[in-house]
Amino acid sequence: MSTSQELGGLGCSVKRKEDARFIRGQGRYVDDVKLPNMVYMELVRSPFAHARIGSIDNSGALEIPGVLAVITGEDLAEANLSWMPTMSHDQQMVLATGKVLFQGQEIAAVVGETRFAAADGAAAVRIDYEELPVLVDPHKALDASAPIIREDREEKTNHIFHWESGDRESTDRIFEEADVTIEQDMICQRCHPAPIECCACVADWDATNEKMTIWMTSQAPHVHRTVFALVAGLPEHKIRIISPDVGGGFGNKVPVYPGYVCSAVASLTLGRPVKWTEDRTGNLSSTGFARDYHMRAELAATKEGKIRGLRVKTLADHGAFNAAAQPSKFPAGLYNICTGSYDLENAFVEVDGVYTNKAPGGIAYRCSFRVTEASYLIERAVDLLADEIGMDAVELRRKNFIQPDQFPYETSLGWSYDSGDYEAALDKALEMVGYDDLLREQEEQRARGEIMGIGISSFTEIVGAGPGKTFDILGLEMFDSCEVRIHPTGKVLARIGVQTQGQGHETTFAQILAEELGIPVDDITVEHGDTDTAPYGLGTYASRSTPVAGAATAIAARKIREKARKIAAHVMEVAEEDVEWKEYEFRVKGAPDRSISMGDIAFAAYTNTPEGVEAGLEAVNYYDPPNLTFPFGTYICVVDIDRGTGEWKVRRFVAVDDCGTVINPMIVEGQIHGGLTEGFAISAMQLIDFDENGSMIGSNFMEYLIPTAVETPTWETDRTVTPSPHHPIGAKGVGESACVGSPAAFVNAVVDALSPYGVRHIDMPITSDKVWKVLRDAGVTE
Amino acid sequence: MATTMSVSVTVNGAEYTADVEPRMLLVHFLRDELGLTGTHIGCDTTHCGACTILLNGTPIKSCTMFAVQADAQALTTVEGLMSNGELNPIQEAFKEEHGLQCGYCTPGMMLTGVALLESSPEPSEAEIRMAISGNLCRCTGYQNIVHAIQSAARAMAGNDTSVDGGAGGGNGASEGGGE
Repeated sequence: MSTSQELGGLGCSVKRKEDARFIRGQGRYVDDVKLPNMVYMELVRSPFAHARIGSIDNSGALEIPGVLAVITGEDLAEANLSWMPTMSHDQQMVLATGKVLFQGQEIAAVVGETRFAAADGAAAVRIDYEELPVLVDPHKALDASAPIIREDREEKTNHIFHWESGDRESTDRIFEEADVTIEQDMICQRCHPAPIECCACVADWDATNEKMTIWMTSQAPHVHRTVFALVAGLPEHKIRIISPDVGGGFGNKVPVYPGYVCSAVASLTLGRPVKWTEDRTGNLSSTGFARDYHMRAELAATKEGKIRGLRVKTLADHGAFNAAAQPSKFPAGLYNICTGSYDLENAFVEVDGVYTNKAPGGIAYRCSFRVTEASYLIERAVDLLADEIGMDAVELRRKNFIQPDQFPYETSLGWSYDSGDYEAALDKALEMVGYDDLLREQEEQRARGEIMGIGISSFTEIVGAGPGKTFDILGLEMFDSCEVRIHPTGKVLARIGVQTQGQGHETTFAQILAEELGIPVDDITVEHGDTDTAPYGLGTYASRSTPVAGAATAIAARKIREKARKIAAHVMEVAEEDVEWKEYEFRVKGAPDRSISMGDIAFAAYTNTPEGVEAGLEAVNYYDPPNLTFPFGTYICVVDIDRGTGEWKVRRFVAVDDCGTVINPMIVEGQIHGGLTEGFAISAMQLIDFDENGSMIGSNFMEYLIPTAVETPTWETDRTVTPSPHHPIGAKGVGESACVGSPAAFVNAVVDALSPYGVRHIDMPITSDKVWKVLRDAGVTE
Repeated sequence: MATTMSVSVTVNGAEYTADVEPRMLLVHFLRDELGLTGTHIGCDTTHCGACTILLNGTPIKSCTMFAVQADAQALTTVEGLMSNGELNPIQEAFKEEHGLQCGYCTPGMMLTGVALLESSPEPSEAEIRMAISGNLCRCTGYQNIVHAIQSAARAMAGNDTSVDGGAGGGNGASEGGGE
């Protein structure tokens, strides 16, 4: 007999298994892979945002000692590889032919014996350009005078898609009848996940066995294998993608990028392993950006503060190719989660996507497909409404929350929320922060001319896609998987279809198995990221690992328990129906002294099988979730603003999260810390901008600001637990909640601080100079 | 091929001599020539600190130094943090305090932490945050990294340990005694 604590099961802060290698510097990231005979690849990128390509002169590059090959778009076209599909019904140039569409676009790949040779070769490629008019402002994309970006499309327009959700007419009617309405334009600015490890790959073509192995910074190795099979025409069993340790993903490593494809082509051509390692400028300027949603939010309400309707109009800047990494039927992702935590009669949301001369995207940056945009929009709008009707922002939220007895709750935009208790999380956060005292303090501070603000965000997320019939990536249903084997001595090897980039899967998934199998967590190894060994899965993003692959893991373990029960009955010489699973072992009902552990059953599974039962003890499960999960929480931010400089500092930040059942509290808290820090970064500093020529501002860490330990606030965290009723262990997923829910809390706090000066809204990132201008205009500072 | 220069360095106590191109960065020398891949690369502008190592006991960014500039100096990388098969207290502390997630910034963070604790055995939180402000982390939000360095400080106070640059370089003798 064991306890959950002894096993390291659910709810235990088990120290992470993966850390043993990381703290020794023995992590194995893609750029650490060094193969015999390996050569290096460097990309040639466009300095212009929009230009016709004249000639490409390789001769100088090829004269450089050590340069082995220069690959251009024309070369790829011969193999029908100059374009590749994106995940959003669009195609993207692998290497540009005809014209370049954004600054930093890949034009040629140079392979050399050394890093130096490849880089020297890339610098020596001569390209003639004829500059074309540049389209930077998405609001001008549909003007008659706008240059058409995409000549490859039949439709000669920069309009990509129109998408809508909800009932326009009844929502319009609510707005006509409403006592009060508010309207605000707001921007979720273009930013980039910028994991500290940039993208990289090593492509290794084995001509003898006709097999392509690609080590790759991938959040979705199986999907990438299938994409390679379909696009390159290689047989899928002859492709092996290995995504080893990944130095952060945050959505950046979901798409397939030109560098991967070119490396594979180069390896096929040269018959040698080819390594491509992106530099930071390449990463920021050409791989998937995030957000760039230009939103108009409107709320309709009664004068007592009952919200009745939400209306949203959005312009989405997708850059030169619609390379949004999201389920194929959802051009605006899950943006229509934007009714948030509130019970309202009707809503209508529309999004128009356009092309501009910018890098392609947008990917879900620590976010389940546009949920950050949605959450920011509703939580900002609710604050604006509170301001409009003169009601406390807490009271307004309380008055409009979906109530616990309303779950499962059908939103007016078509989602079925699984479970929630929004007031419990709000109350806990208010108590932690001492809300009433803070309000008094604010009044006193304001009387003294001090500038302090309190911002609240009571968000609801939507994570864990599938179900597979509704959600697919390039047609692949969004299930996920786990395969479990118990060895004769009771030790376990499990493989999962998802892929960690720091989330701690090797520990968390072992804990699920420990809990389900009664085997200590130390006796369980979890592997992932190698498509030759792991079962097929859709990968780790959109907080889907625990909701989907975590469920698969629990179900696979339960399948093993079913077989184990037969073996237990056989070994204990009782009928199967007399055997029960209790306190992590099989017992004979009514005879608690007669029991057998899973370890002993494992031995019997190989040495003493019952008649008619196959030897071995293993199971696999491909889990298709019946619904998504809906984590939620309340965040409260308190800021102080310097009257002279406009600098805002977070005095306190309280985060109460509810992600359902918690598997590892230590890891969950770590995820919240990280998510809050990225939410802070987005609110305060992260911005990818462009000048009028389409030149990027933010293509390195001098311009694209990442918070250091000095700016980053101290986080105060706690939780409520409202399990998901449809998940086998009640878990909801947590990796993104804090990044999704927190931007509104920061912005609401700064706006609240500045509200005495007539401020209703400031767009992110709220830099000190923006605040300083407000203070200067209000006569507070000079 | 380009001209090469000879470089001799002591890394984690062992001597290495190699002929390298003068433009080879120290970080590439460590990773590609010596196979010490625990030192990482995250930017090209000396901001992220993933490539932090100790040069004669002082943290430096090895992407901003040529290999040949390290000639005749003593370097410590993450691979040199263990001694006699034992983890350095900072390594233990990063694991215990959940001071890492993806692990990519971790070697640089730990080396910066080690150098800080050599010079300031009982640092304040503000001091720690300032010390690691040249090391970016996207996963942890820094809070548990701060905890890890504080925890390592406590462990070192009770258990005298030091990391030097090897071969007598750096601060050979620990001053981290305390109470």
